[in-house]
Amino acid sequence: MLKVVEIDHLTIQYPDVKAIDDVSFTVNQGDFLGIIGPNGAGKSTLFASMLSLNTKYKGTIKFFGTDIRKSRNYLKEIGYVPQKPIFEKNFPATVNDVVKMGLQKESDENKIDEILQQLWIHELSKKRIGELSGGQQQRVFIAKALVNNPKVLILDEPVTGIDQQSIDLFYSILKELNSKQNITIIWSSHDLDAVNKLANHVACLNRTLFFHGESDDFFSNDDLVKQYSEASMQEHMHHH
Amino acid sequence: MTFEIFTFSFMHRAIISGIAIAILCSVVGLFLVLRRYSLFGDAIAHSSFGGIALGLMAGIYPLWTAYGVSIVSALIMTRIKDKFNISGDASIAVLLSSGIAVGLVIIGLSGGFTLDIFSFLFGSILLVSVNDTILILSLTGIILIVILLLYRQLLYSTFNEEQAKVSGVPVEKINYLIVFMAGITVVTSIQLVGVLLISALFVIPNVTAIMYGRGFKQTAIISMSFSIFSVVAGILVSYIFDITPAGTIVLIAIGIFACTMGIKSAGLLSRHH
Repeated sequence: MLKVVEIDHLTIQYPDVKAIDDVSFTVNQGDFLGIIGPNGAGKSTLFASMLSLNTKYKGTIKFFGTDIRKSRNYLKEIGYVPQKPIFEKNFPATVNDVVKMGLQKESDENKIDEILQQLWIHELSKKRIGELSGGQQQRVFIAKALVNNPKVLILDEPVTGIDQQSIDLFYSILKELNSKQNITIIWSSHDLDAVNKLANHVACLNRTLFFHGESDDFFSNDDLVKQYSEASMQEHMHHH
Repeated sequence: MTFEIFTFSFMHRAIISGIAIAILCSVVGLFLVLRRYSLFGDAIAHSSFGGIALGLMAGIYPLWTAYGVSIVSALIMTRIKDKFNISGDASIAVLLSSGIAVGLVIIGLSGGFTLDIFSFLFGSILLVSVNDTILILSLTGIILIVILLLYRQLLYSTFNEEQAKVSGVPVEKINYLIVFMAGITVVTSIQLVGVLLISALFVIPNVTAIMYGRGFKQTAIISMSFSIFSVVAGILVSYIFDITPAGTIVLIAIGIFACTMGIKSAGLLSRHH
């Protein structure tokens, strides 16, 4: 089985706290990995390192067998959808413009139409990005992430603040991408039910990794689920 | 009288240079406005004031020293801003005041050369020479080619730096390139509107066009059209009525902006409501 990501003894030290503490895990091709953990568990920090946005970490991160400190070529194979894409509300870019930004080769313009149709946003292609609803915007950013035919899709809590109908559509699209196109998906979420339904692997992160394995093993183990829920609840109370 | 002005060669040069500068300022300015860097052009222009004073004192053609000083100081300021995490508006204030301060001290040391300085402060488009026109056209051509070649990277890093980085865009290099292009654009445009009114050409046609355009290219074309109209009409009107071209150009641009706001408030550009 082809190893897509190998994370080995990853530690990220912030001035006052360890954001990630000695985390190791592997993601194989075709995995649909749900990374769950409470707010502040280090999910976004982990992703920032995996995407070379943060290079101040100890340990190694490999994509397709190559240390990402040595080459950033792996980024061409990755589609990334951030938690909430930040852009100027009045930015004069149409849906088509935004998806095209993700396109590495200008020649693939037909691909844009194809992706927009696949994500049911074809009729919006000439609208300004800032005029769309949150759910529609998120689909545009997925389209942008997919337009290069990535091997891996990395999604950081991608449904924050989106209506349920859009979420359901979004999940069915992810499921299809993973099962039909064999795209490896690494997806952080705090929605346990959704992870249970979609992911075939689960990683529980709360600065340290306290579970990583098949999702059936996690969800059939009441102790683990309870442990996760308690940790999550404590963190929740801590935050409020 | 009205048509006679089209027969003067100085007027041909002024209009040709003016159109080139109008296109340049609106395109480069669109990236600056969208990066919330609207006043950056102003800061570079003020730092070029130091460069102009330096050139006048040293007996070098002042625009050359202005190019050198403004580009170098803008790049240094960008580096300092990134390294020491200074906010964009504060770094603009530092750059702006240091340029003027250097200029004032140099002028004081050399006993003053007020006449020349005035043409740089307020522009002197009717005085552009053939050589100036060639330089303006060449620089405009080069910058437009660079923008066309790096269009996706420039647009993407302006839209969202983090995502552009993840897609492999060399965001830092692109940022420096934009600063570099802004430096060249500002100094090139000094002859048209002068140091004090540069940011008007960077900002006003663009904030107007953003209210009309949907996509980026459409917005850029609308902005260029407004900018060209303001410059050409400004040059002609100012000549006919014997008033300052720089002020007239900017007032026309502001007029278009005000009309657009009027149309928008009346609900005629309803998609933005």
